[in-house]
Amino acid sequence: MLAFVIRRIGQSLLVLLIVGLVAFSMFRFVGDPIDNMLGQERTIEDVERLRAQLGLDQPFPIQYFKFLEGAAQGNFGVSYRQGRPVAEILLERAPATLELAAVSGVLAILAGIALGVFTAIRRNGPTAHTIMAASLIGVSLPTFLIGILLIYLFSVELGWLPSFGRGETVQLGSWWTTGFLTESGWKALILPAITLGLYQMTLIMRLVRSEMLEVLRQDYIRFARARGLRSRVVNFRHALKNTMVPVVTVIGLQLGAIIAFAIITETVFQWPGVGLLFINAIQFVDIPVMAAYLMLISVMFVGINLIVDILYVFIDPRLRVDRNGGH
Amino acid sequence: MTTEVKDKGRWQRFLESDFFYAFKRSPVALVSFAVVCLLVLSAVFAPLIAPTNPFDPASLNLMDGFTPPLEPNAFTGNTFLLGTDDQGRDVFSTILYGMRVSLFVGVAAVLFAMVLGIVLGLVSGYFGGWTETIIMRVADVQLTFPSILVAMLIFGVAKGFTPVEYRDQMAIWVLILAIGLSDWVQFARVVRGATLVEKNKEYVAAARMIGRSPWAIMIKHILPNALSPVLVIATISLALAIIAEATLSFLGVGAPPTQPSLGTLIRIGQGFLFSGEWWILFFPACTLLALALSVNLLGDWLRDALNPRLR
Amino acid sequence: MTTPVLSIRNLSVEIPTRQGIVKPVDGVSYDVGKGEILGVVGESGAGKSMAGNAVIGLLNAPAHISGGEIWLNGRRIDPLKGEDMRRLRGKEIGMIFQDPLTSLNPLLTIGDQLTETMLTHLPISRKEARERAIAALEEVGIPGAAERIDSYPHEFSGGMRQRVVIALALCAEPSLVIADEPTTALDVSVQAQIISLLKRLCHERGTAVMLITHDMGVIAEAADRVAVMYAGRLAELGTVRDVLTVPQHPYTHGLMASTPLASQGRKRLHQIPGAMPRLHHMPDGCAFHPRCPHARDKCRAAPLPPVANERAACWFPMLPEEVQ
Repeated sequence: MLAFVIRRIGQSLLVLLIVGLVAFSMFRFVGDPIDNMLGQERTIEDVERLRAQLGLDQPFPIQYFKFLEGAAQGNFGVSYRQGRPVAEILLERAPATLELAAVSGVLAILAGIALGVFTAIRRNGPTAHTIMAASLIGVSLPTFLIGILLIYLFSVELGWLPSFGRGETVQLGSWWTTGFLTESGWKALILPAITLGLYQMTLIMRLVRSEMLEVLRQDYIRFARARGLRSRVVNFRHALKNTMVPVVTVIGLQLGAIIAFAIITETVFQWPGVGLLFINAIQFVDIPVMAAYLMLISVMFVGINLIVDILYVFIDPRLRVDRNGGH
Repeated sequence: MTTEVKDKGRWQRFLESDFFYAFKRSPVALVSFAVVCLLVLSAVFAPLIAPTNPFDPASLNLMDGFTPPLEPNAFTGNTFLLGTDDQGRDVFSTILYGMRVSLFVGVAAVLFAMVLGIVLGLVSGYFGGWTETIIMRVADVQLTFPSILVAMLIFGVAKGFTPVEYRDQMAIWVLILAIGLSDWVQFARVVRGATLVEKNKEYVAAARMIGRSPWAIMIKHILPNALSPVLVIATISLALAIIAEATLSFLGVGAPPTQPSLGTLIRIGQGFLFSGEWWILFFPACTLLALALSVNLLGDWLRDALNPRLR
Repeated sequence: MTTPVLSIRNLSVEIPTRQGIVKPVDGVSYDVGKGEILGVVGESGAGKSMAGNAVIGLLNAPAHISGGEIWLNGRRIDPLKGEDMRRLRGKEIGMIFQDPLTSLNPLLTIGDQLTETMLTHLPISRKEARERAIAALEEVGIPGAAERIDSYPHEFSGGMRQRVVIALALCAEPSLVIADEPTTALDVSVQAQIISLLKRLCHERGTAVMLITHDMGVIAEAADRVAVMYAGRLAELGTVRDVLTVPQHPYTHGLMASTPLASQGRKRLHQIPGAMPRLHHMPDGCAFHPRCPHARDKCRAAPLPPVANERAACWFPMLPEEVQ
């Protein structure tokens, strides 16, 4: 078990190193950082000084190492466009994205599992058929169209919910701002959260359904029925738990995807999170922001994957023994 | 046997195949195939069908701006099937031209991803060793990230390399590069899998013994075994690529307003959502939906028909 | 005579298919008494498992009971549905499946699976249930039951798992157990142990057993009476001694002759020519006539003789002197 965790952490670090290399190469080779920072009026001395200051005169591996060292300490350089430290900007924007992603994630997981189980158990019912047909359209529907549709319905036509922004936020601690504590914050959150969660919900639902149908065919489910267990117990305690083994992996990946897809939702709803920041950075080729976003999101992805793998071992007792037995 | 007879035989065999039979029997497949054909044809022949060329400044009249569908314009009295946008461009024509861009980018990106994936898949499966390790490692790392994010990054980086004055002109090609590079992994995996299976079979050993070059063996003998899953992945990838292109363009990091795709049109139309000019947004959105949905359904059906194991 | 625990009367099961309705079980009748083991034997597809599933109410749709009656302890159970049938399962009727590797839930400890079954059916506390679970495991011969109760199924060998399955089937003390090929998936060396365990437990408790198998050896060892099924119909019914030593139905005779017995030495095994008819193409008359060495015109034309609760469903039962 311990060896397994250590091996997985090692692999994760390798992925981060590769991503770091990509981020660093972007930083180093896309455009000239000196050009970007100094502008037109400059002297040779200025250039030399900045070159030395940024360490650009040193060999590549050392520069890379310094970059990683800086990144690990949260130093991602200065935004070309805003002239402020990237870390500061990211920190300011992170709560908005994290709150949005958390609410959508919970929504997607709960609704996805519930609907998946429902459509599997009642697989021949008319409601289940309707849900399945709707989900096929849901998978083909681009996220931004869902967002626009929701804005049209609930903001333009009905006027119930705001179409952009975060509403009123409350400062918590030194840097966290939350929209959870005000009514307008919640109202502003509803449409973006649904937009962001819908696609993931559809995926989770379809996966849970197909896995559940597979599990319901197994002998141990027949045996559980033959022992007269209540159908609620058979469906949830026996079937759903076995369904969760493959589903957890995908849910983990989907959580990562939610943070990435937040870029789209944030643009549609002008939600002031890191995704919107990233899109603006691409539009204006603000490399330090892009590189920092890439590093940040990789850490999240890799972290989530790692947690999922470890969670796996807790759900499935067979893995506990096999992995122990291996060492 | 002459080629003519052979071709006829092939066509005949296709008509009698289980595949074609299943196709005829599936209403979903028939309808989506018809929709795809209709959309592709109208995109290809856009210059012939479109009433105006929306990107020819000479044909535009600002007075025609904001004309609702099928209503005569208050100033000029002109009527437009799907209305006009703020610049007086005919929405129907912009959709036809926009679809051209969307389909071109989608198809080109998938072709690029397919060729890249096939080559890397064949190489890593056939040669193994370090080549394989490196290619598949990169694939693994890339798979950790959603492909739309990878495409955005590549787009951003490529944009950084393009001189400012060429950025709009190059945008379409950068888009193809970005979407294509974000999507090769699936192809590579399938082709590598097939290669690993086939390369140890006797006929490959025989071909090697009579001195055929590795590339000839890979392309003539191994690749045909992977063609049907590649075709399925290509169709599904096409739907994804069209959506990816629309998304990027919608976000403002794709096709520029001078060469708008459906996504760009939706981005422009969103600005008029609150002021009541719904048609500028509605019709491009419906077209995109019809295109994405029908290609997706076709891909789904194809997957079930060609290879149920891929499910 | 006392009421039998299980009494099946003229039971038929139908499955509607694209090629028409098929009858995997067709007019079958037999009884199982208290403490009695009835072996139900036949080739795969003969309808023996289907009959067992019909009794416990677990036919997979679209298969359904289309005729006849099932009585359990003097109560008619075939019309029961949903919750009423569920309460019967496990409590009145236990079932043992073929493959112990797949019939236990891999994610729950065997203790969990035992206690949940008991708590469903018996008015006892969680603590009592656990104690009884340990006792049940001891009874089926799991060494160190008190420690192993919290183990997961994969930590047991195949034979041990089948013991756990038996404990599960018996833990709510049902009056009838349906054992569907309980030894087929096991090593030969373990088979005999499992059979004798099943036999001992049921005799001790007076449980009636419907032992479904294709293995004549298992029947000879364990059963008191035997029902031979062929193509969904009952071919022969009687005590094990009668049926095995003096079979009256030519099919039973063929089945006996094709079973390897250690005492017969290296004699070449008999084969019944042909194969069981497919359910879509049932022959007229006796279903066995195309393969029967003694078939006459009457067998081909006339429908089967009525099957009473005795011996062979055959127009021309074999006489003892015909049987070597």
